[in-house]
Order: sequence, then C-alpha cells, then structure tokens
Amino acid sequence: MESTNASTANFPGLLKPARPVGFTGYGAYVPRYRLPNSEVARIWTDAKGGPVKEKAVTGPDEDVITMSIEAARNAIARAGISPLLLRAVWIGSESHPYAVKPSSTVVAEAIGASPHIQAADLEFACKAGTEAIVAAIGLVGSGMADYAMGIGMDTAQGKPADALEYTAGCGGAAYIIGPAEDALCLIESTYSYVTDTPDFWRRAEQKYPEHGQRFTGDPAYFKHILAAAETMMEASGTKASDYQYAVFHQPNPKFPQRAAATLGFKPEQISTGLLVPVIGNTYAGAAIIGLTAVLDVAQPGDRILMVSYGSGAGSDAFSLVVTDKILERRDRATKTADYIARRTPIDYGNYVRYRGKLALR
Amino acid sequence: MEIPRHWRLKQQRYALVGEVCPHCEGKIFPPRDVCPHCSGEAKTPYAFSGRGEVYSYTRISDGPAGFEESAPYTIALVKLEEGPLVTAQLTDLGGQPVDIGMPVEMVTRRIRSDGDERGMIVYGYKFRPVMAAQA
Amino acid sequence: MNSEVVIAGVGQVPVGEHYHLSLRSLAAKAMLAAIHEAGDIRPQAVFAGNMLAGTLSRQSNLGALLTDNINLRGVEGTTVEAAGASGAAALRLGYLAIASGYIDSALVVGVDKYTDSVGADVDAALAQTLDSDYELMAGLTPVAQAALVMRRYMHTYNVAHEAFAPVAVNGHARAANNPNAMFRKAITVEQYRSAEDQVSPLNLYDIAPYGDGAAAVLLIHSDKLEKKPDHPLVRITGSSVVTDTLALHDRQEMLAWYAAAFSIERACRQAGIMPQDVDFFEYDDACSIYAALSVEAAGFARRGTGCEFIAAGSLPVATMGGQKGRGNSLGGSGVYQAVEATLQLRGQAGKNQVPGAKRALIHNLGGAAATAISHVLEL
Repeated sequence: MESTNASTANFPGLLKPARPVGFTGYGAYVPRYRLPNSEVARIWTDAKGGPVKEKAVTGPDEDVITMSIEAARNAIARAGISPLLLRAVWIGSESHPYAVKPSSTVVAEAIGASPHIQAADLEFACKAGTEAIVAAIGLVGSGMADYAMGIGMDTAQGKPADALEYTAGCGGAAYIIGPAEDALCLIESTYSYVTDTPDFWRRAEQKYPEHGQRFTGDPAYFKHILAAAETMMEASGTKASDYQYAVFHQPNPKFPQRAAATLGFKPEQISTGLLVPVIGNTYAGAAIIGLTAVLDVAQPGDRILMVSYGSGAGSDAFSLVVTDKILERRDRATKTADYIARRTPIDYGNYVRYRGKLALR
Repeated sequence: MEIPRHWRLKQQRYALVGEVCPHCEGKIFPPRDVCPHCSGEAKTPYAFSGRGEVYSYTRISDGPAGFEESAPYTIALVKLEEGPLVTAQLTDLGGQPVDIGMPVEMVTRRIRSDGDERGMIVYGYKFRPVMAAQA
Repeated sequence: MNSEVVIAGVGQVPVGEHYHLSLRSLAAKAMLAAIHEAGDIRPQAVFAGNMLAGTLSRQSNLGALLTDNINLRGVEGTTVEAAGASGAAALRLGYLAIASGYIDSALVVGVDKYTDSVGADVDAALAQTLDSDYELMAGLTPVAQAALVMRRYMHTYNVAHEAFAPVAVNGHARAANNPNAMFRKAITVEQYRSAEDQVSPLNLYDIAPYGDGAAAVLLIHSDKLEKKPDHPLVRITGSSVVTDTLALHDRQEMLAWYAAAFSIERACRQAGIMPQDVDFFEYDDACSIYAALSVEAAGFARRGTGCEFIAAGSLPVATMGGQKGRGNSLGGSGVYQAVEATLQLRGQAGKNQVPGAKRALIHNLGGAAATAISHVLEL
C-alpha cells in the first residue's frame, strides 16, 4: 500500500472550518419492514447462508424523499431551531426518486425550510451523505450560514440473487450543522481521501449496480477507509484508544470489523454503531446512521471517529467530540434503536412488491 | 397531468398546514376560504402537530385509478388533537389491527403518481400508529 | 283541483348493463315513454339529471343532445348535476320552473350510462363526487366513505352489522316484483349475514349495484293540461334541496345527517304535513347505512334505531326495491323514485302496491348526504 499518511511532504492538513462548528441536531430513519437473509437464501441458494440477519425494507409508499423528511424532522426536533434558520438542505443518495427533479427541494418544502436556502442532491456513491455534511461544514464554518442540513439516505439497490441482495437496505440519517456553541457534538476536523477506484457502479438507467467481487476489498474499501482514518489520527495526534466509539462504512459486518482491528480499535468501540447486521447496508446512509446510534447513547466528552466509504468516490473521516447538550436533546425525537425495534418481517414476495420489482404494466 | 393543483396544495399535503382563524382562533384543516366556526375570513397558516386518533376506518382492496398499485390500503378519518377530522390513509401498519381511538401520527409519504409511472410523484400526509415510547 | 304542478306521464328503462344502448338511446326510451303516457305533450323544457356522462361517455351538454335526439329541437334544455341526487335536482328545477309560472310543462329525465367505460377509471369517475383535493387524493371512494360512516355508526350506537339486513332483504324482495329492477331475486337474512365482505364493514349486500338507467317524468301545470290522461294525476306538493359539507371530515356531527333532516322537514312543511303522514318512504339506499340514517333524519326513528324501524315494517320503504334491488343508476335514481312513487299513488305498483297509498315522501342523496333532495307526492 502506497503511503498516504499525514507525514508525506505534500499532505495539506486536515479540513478545519474558520469558525468552530458541530452537529446541533441529528435524526435517523429506518423503515418498518425487514427482509431476513433466510428469505433471500430460501429463494436463491436452497437456504444456504447470508452475511447479515436481516435488512430494512421500505413500505410501498416510501422513498429517499419520504425517509429524508422524517429524518430531517427528527434532526430539527433535536436541534430545537426553526427550520427557517437552515440555509442549506443537501441530500446524498444513490436512490433519488427522480433522474431529474430534486429530492432536496421537496424535503426542504416539507420541513418548512424553503425558500431562502441552498438545496442540492448529491450522487457520490455511498459517500454522498458525508460529502453533504462536509459541504455543510464549509458553509457554516465559513460564516456564510448559521445552520445547514446534510442528509444521507438510500433505498439501496441489489440485483435479485446477487450477493448485494442480502444486504442492500433502506434508511439513513439527517444532520444539522451549526455553530460549535450550540452543538451537541463538535466536529473537530474532517479529512477526505478520494481516488478513482472502480469497485462498484451503476450505469445510467440501469436498475441494479455491478460490483468487482473481491476487488471491493483491499484496493477499494480498505485502502480508502484506512488511509482516511490513519491520516486523521496521525494529523490530530490521536490513537484508537482516544476514541470511545468508531463508526465505519458497513457494507457487511466483516469489512468494518477488520478495518477497526487493523486500526487498533476493540470490538466494543465499534459495536454500538455497527447496524449492518440488523438493517443492512444503507449505502449513503450506512456510516451516518451508525453515528446516530452512537449519539443516542454517548456521554459528554466522548470522542468518536467516523469514516465513510463510497465506491469510486473515496472516504471521509470525521473526528467528533460529544458535548453536554446531548443529554437534553437526544430524547426529543425517536431514537435509532426504537426504529430498529419497530420491525415487521416480510417474505420475499412482499419484498419484491414493496421494492417495486414487479412489472405491473 | 394535474401539475398545477398538486403544486398549489403542496404545503397542506407535505406538512399538514391548515389555518387558524384570526377572529375566533378555530383550527381549520383542510384550509377554507371562510372559517366554519365564525364565518370570518380564514387565511392565517397553521401547522398541525400531526397527532390524532382514528375516528373511523375501512379497507380498500379495489383502488380507483391512480391507487390500483396502493391497494389494499386502509383509509381513515383521523381526529387531530387540535380538533379537525382529516381523511387519510393509514400506513406502516405491518399487519397491526386498527381500532377506533388508536393513536396515530402524521408522516409524509408517496400518495400516487400523477398519471402513469412517467408522471410526477405526489407526496402527502398519511398517518401511522404512534411509534413506541422513546426510551 | 288547485292549480298545481302534476306528473302527467312517466317512463323508465330497466336498470342494468345495456351495452347495446347509448346514453342518448337510453334516455330516449324513458323520455318518449313519459311524453307518450302524458298524452303526447311536447314539453317546453327538458331538465336532464346526469352525474357522469362527461367522464364515462365523454359527453357534455346533454340538454342539447337529448332534446335533439328525439326531435325536440328548439325547446329549453339543460343538464343538472348533484352527484347521486342529480335526478332529484332535475326534478326540483322542473318543478320550480313550472311552479314559478315561467313555463307550463317540463320533461325531467335522469340518466347515466355507467357501462360506457370499464376498469379503475370508472371507480375514479364515481369518486369525483368526493372532495377531490382532500378525499379523492387520499384514495377514498364513495363506497369507502359510506363504510367510514357505517363503522362510526356501529361504534357509536353499538349496532351489529346484521342489524342492517332488513335494508337489503326488503330491497330484494320488492325488486323481485319490479319488472324494471336489476336484480329480481329475493334474499334471506342468512344470505346477507354470510355475504362476502367488500369494503368493511360493508358487505356485498350493503352496496347497491351500479347500472345503466334512465327514468323520466313529464311535469305540467294542472291548469295547462288540455286533455286529462287515463291515469290519476300525481301532484308535487313539497320540494326541497339542502346541502351540507361536501367532505365527510368537515361535518360538525357526522351521524346527524343534517341535510337530509332539513330537506325532509322543509318539503313536508311546504306540503303541510308531518313526515309521519306519508304512506310510504322512498329512501336513498346507495349503501344500507344511508337508509338507516335517512329514516332517522325523517324522524321515523331515534338515532341509532333506523335499522329497527326498517325491520319493524310499519312504514313501507323502498317499495319497488330501492337502489339496492332496482339498481343504482346514479343520476337516474332520483327520477326512478318519482316514477315509482307515481305508480304507487296511481295504484299501478303490481305486487308491490301499498294499499290505499295517497301520499309519498321521496328522498335522494348526493354523496354522503352532501346534497339531500326531498319531494312530497300526493294524489
């Protein structure tokens, strides 16, 4: 692995806003329905295997817009601000309902943030959600805005019978970025490691993604996650034991566990934010909904490392510190665990219907 | 395609925005031109909490055009905690039985397509069983 | 006889699936029959009650079409729409036009061509009578609207579903003797009880079947009748239209059926009678719950006891089968009621004859009593 560390000569430093910022509100969303891996296996492999227990599936009337609206409402409830104070609503997703017609304007309208806002939809593989958050950090950190919202949400696509069908789940989270003095969690710095590495893609107008099998491992997921995390830790002078929690992009349970071990994290540091076994891989929502689960239980002073990964996109690392505002704010909206506990298992037939895989005309 | 009317009603549909009467303070949903309580002009927007309970309900297995793909669905009269009744689908039931008096909360969901699958997606309010008490 | 508006002729087509008949031909059969029965009177105006031709038959301006089709060119002609009460609304306008003295005679026709379209578009067309922005867009249908009312009724008054059986049993028993009925077959309480659930709590027998239909009455001022026909003349002595909120959710008191109550009260007051003075009641039973609520609105029964009143049978109701048995021809229904009541008062109702009937109350609803129209007919 080539050196990418902060010690190299051309390392430009971590991203730090001119004005200290943090998360002033956050909100998760997980739909009600679950497709057990055993159902996928029953149809395709004579009931053999499956990497996770089950994955979250949207009801027939849900999509990235509706899920984003609920997560955004949760974030606003926690932040306790008027939605009119938001100056941006940015949504990262691989599953925007329209090819052309933004999700973010519908969400902004529904939460009452329109019309004095920036709004945009990001497509940046599974890193689109954290990219939206980094953009919001820039907007608030520069002083151009006091509050901005970044969302990562997906109704993840997986081809029938493909390995991805076991894990591609639905859900995500919304974050409000605001001034540090109003934050429930400070954002100390971020660092992004971005290359063109084609381990997974979906061509325009294709329903399902293609992926590079084992190529998605070392040169793709691990290379970027580890580079971003190691650079972040080295440049900030921290080590794994300085963090109470770590959250990594989680396409399956094994990848984040191995990445964590390589970086020196113990299993208990990542278990709280490791949701893929029970909701699946929510693509642009995967890392950041792991973080909502952590924020739901973290204590003031806790330090958190979050690293996302998007195929052909790269990784964003975040160094975060929880403030005492977490204690009064986290009970203002539905928690991640409550969404996960609200579960109705469905069979493959209903899954095919709910996810729009049936040709009705 | 009925783009203008869907566009015109987006506030009401997305966020259950009705009115509060400036004369008698009655809460009004859906919005009206004249307050049903005092006959004064009604025009001040008011965002409803979205909390309410089932007043009556039924189940539709043969949806009219535009709702064929939604069927079967449960439709209800929901009594909002601010007073008005609203007609809306119940969603996220997951096989849960419905009863008169069941507490429900508003969510914004896909209602239908305007025309066929090429038309715009109409989003609007539905109600679901109130989520489990937060820990 | 005082100078009054009288029904000089009636005509009707059996309600059903008339695939071979167009909207205009269907109407023509009823219109020509009524004209002929009245002694070939050429009416000065035609009022056409219709609910769905614009959607299901892609046809508007029935006033021109229906008059043109039977060579009544040159007469006044307009369409009247009030959802399921379109027929009664046309009757009301015909009555007003003559009673006011502006015209001497009018042909009132209620017609709908339900089978001109098929599929989910038909259900969507029927649902147009709901509040389009706030009921239809939630996926509501007229039958589901009735189900919402019925569920609340059963909950409020602790009434079991089976209590509604008499509406269907009476309707089908009467329809068996009505040559113009869609289903000429009696049913038992047991059949009602075991019928398939449709839109719960409504089962198959709680919902009147939709069908094509046309009915017509020729109205004339009694002073202007040159030659008295062979049959007795039936007078319209009371007429009233009352509206309520279009959407169910906007009702102050959903089970009060205010429009129905006020319309019955006003029509009876005009006729100088009490509802209890009538010999039979043609209610609107598009869904069985509406029959029960209408009986209560008329004051025949206390709230929550409408079904018991119908079961007791002390007042003949839906004497030719009602919409349940004769069929629901939408905009035709209100005029069918007028035709059927006229036949009863003339003593021409065959096996369904109410002995010695002198006075009738007919009552037609648009939507869930968003519009309620009542007429008192007397010998």
